[in-house]
Amino acid sequence: MADTAHISEMEDRKFTLNFGPQHPAAHGVLRMILDLDGEIVTRVDSHIGLLHRGTEKLLEYKTYLQGMPYFDRLDYCSPMNQEHAWCLAIEKLLGVEVPRRASLIRVLYSELGRIMSHLLNVGTGVMDVGALTPITWCFEEREKLCVFYERASGSRMHAAYFRPGGVHQDLPQNLIDDIAEWCEHFPRLLDQIESLVTENRIFKQRNVDIGVVDEKTIMDWGFSGVMVRGSGFAWDLRRSQPYECYSELDFKIPVGRNGDNYDRYVCRMEEMRESVKIMQQCIDLMSKEGPGPVLLAGSKMAPPRRAEMKNSMEALIHHFKLYTEGFHVPEGECYAAVEAPKGEFGVYLVSDGTNRPYRAKIRAPGYPHLQAMDHLCKGHMLADVSAILGTLDIVFGEIDR
Amino acid sequence: MMTSEAIEALTELGAHIAGRQPDAVKSADVNVGELTIMAERDHVLGLLRFLRDDQQCNFETLIDICGVDYPENAERFEVVYHLLSMRMNHRIRVRVSTDEDTPVASITSLWPCADWFEREAFDMYGIQFADHPDLRRILTDYGFEGFPLRKDFPLTGHYEVRYDDLEKRVVYEPVELPQEYRNFDFLSPWEGMTGHIPGDEKAEEPTE
Repeated sequence: MADTAHISEMEDRKFTLNFGPQHPAAHGVLRMILDLDGEIVTRVDSHIGLLHRGTEKLLEYKTYLQGMPYFDRLDYCSPMNQEHAWCLAIEKLLGVEVPRRASLIRVLYSELGRIMSHLLNVGTGVMDVGALTPITWCFEEREKLCVFYERASGSRMHAAYFRPGGVHQDLPQNLIDDIAEWCEHFPRLLDQIESLVTENRIFKQRNVDIGVVDEKTIMDWGFSGVMVRGSGFAWDLRRSQPYECYSELDFKIPVGRNGDNYDRYVCRMEEMRESVKIMQQCIDLMSKEGPGPVLLAGSKMAPPRRAEMKNSMEALIHHFKLYTEGFHVPEGECYAAVEAPKGEFGVYLVSDGTNRPYRAKIRAPGYPHLQAMDHLCKGHMLADVSAILGTLDIVFGEIDR
Repeated sequence: MMTSEAIEALTELGAHIAGRQPDAVKSADVNVGELTIMAERDHVLGLLRFLRDDQQCNFETLIDICGVDYPENAERFEVVYHLLSMRMNHRIRVRVSTDEDTPVASITSLWPCADWFEREAFDMYGIQFADHPDLRRILTDYGFEGFPLRKDFPLTGHYEVRYDDLEKRVVYEPVELPQEYRNFDFLSPWEGMTGHIPGDEKAEEPTE
């Protein structure tokens, strides 16, 4: 009798917990079934797909241009970085190169998006472990960046600003000046956040040596982005497989040492500083090189000027055909990837030579990262689950697609 | 844009792989600066293990697995693997074809992260993977039927979901469209047409 009582007591320690899908620390609609032994996590089963919208199916039924805004809705923390991958894939198949000024604007806004994403991640990640102040500072700054998005594209978030062959419109000079001024002030905010968080005792207790990622984990689980750099590997697509004008820009790649939650946080903070430097260089280059076309002029991908359409029948027809039929992309397949804030965001595009993609597969960085939750959380405490989830930097728009 | 040396290096790499794995490789091509290998389905596991472990290839990271549907082909599906080598800084794409019933060997034993990618290919296309530990649906709804990314699956789907206020629960109903789905065909017959043009025959008719 005494023996069975002992066994049932041991059994009582094991239970299953349903985490989410509506949990503030789940960063979206994630449902996790956690098997616990006391407070130790023994198994994590993630159920995803609650935000599945069939983006890849929809893309097959839209022209290349109509498909572009769907990419804003993938990782909605940094919309333009996603658009970038889509445009690069199309441009690769078409074999065109974007004008110089468009390239600079793209890099400027990609880095702006990186800061937006990292601000959100640092703010919420710090809140996951109990610090309530930094998120308000981060969101205040993020709001300013949203305004820069709006002044360029007309929309705070779902910008639809990049185009295959360039960007939609040129930036007004006062917007560029305002971004330059913001770049001057922003590092001071980072200092303030760091003074509150980086050396904080509670923050360190919750994050140091939690969720350690080693080399084998990186290779086995397909990690990219900060998840790799946090462990000391200087892998960054902007440096190793440069696209746009990244090869001529001067920036550092911050790497961590231990690959734990804390190092990833520090990496993100440093990356924001580097992004500011890149933005300043872009602004300098833009003012040095002066105005120029921002869309491939005279190509079938750019709409004609409004004034031209008043006089030229051909221009009017071109405008109509571009916005109904769209342009055709030559037959073939390609994979284009960008270093998105969360890791390698890639698009595998199969074209059959018509005006619509035959197949577009979106490779979201968060997908393999979230998959490794079981591997990373095993043996950790229940409270660490939300801390690890926070530094994985997952967004369900891109995971569920 | 890729330099000619980079393309040459990829071509050499393709020849190296084809030479070492003659049974598995059907062809190796470099297009738009990307190396693509068409592989035999039965040898895909061995080929991918070789690509991972060979010193010259060193493709240690599995970037992506996805399915593609070509209904007009004898074997309608293709499974496309994307690999990356961070050390050597190059990428590769491996394609194998299969049909609804023939399973492709699962590569979860090589890369654990293949798990979700294969589950997604199964969920979207119904591609079977042999020896997969847990081949469940992943992105679609609990109890979903059909394979949504197949070309014969309608864009609108078959069922729609709404919250019924009277029944106080979510109900599933057949899709009802207030307006027929408009799928415009922009492939104009007037472009690049050879030979017969509609209306030409009238020119031959004798005028009265």
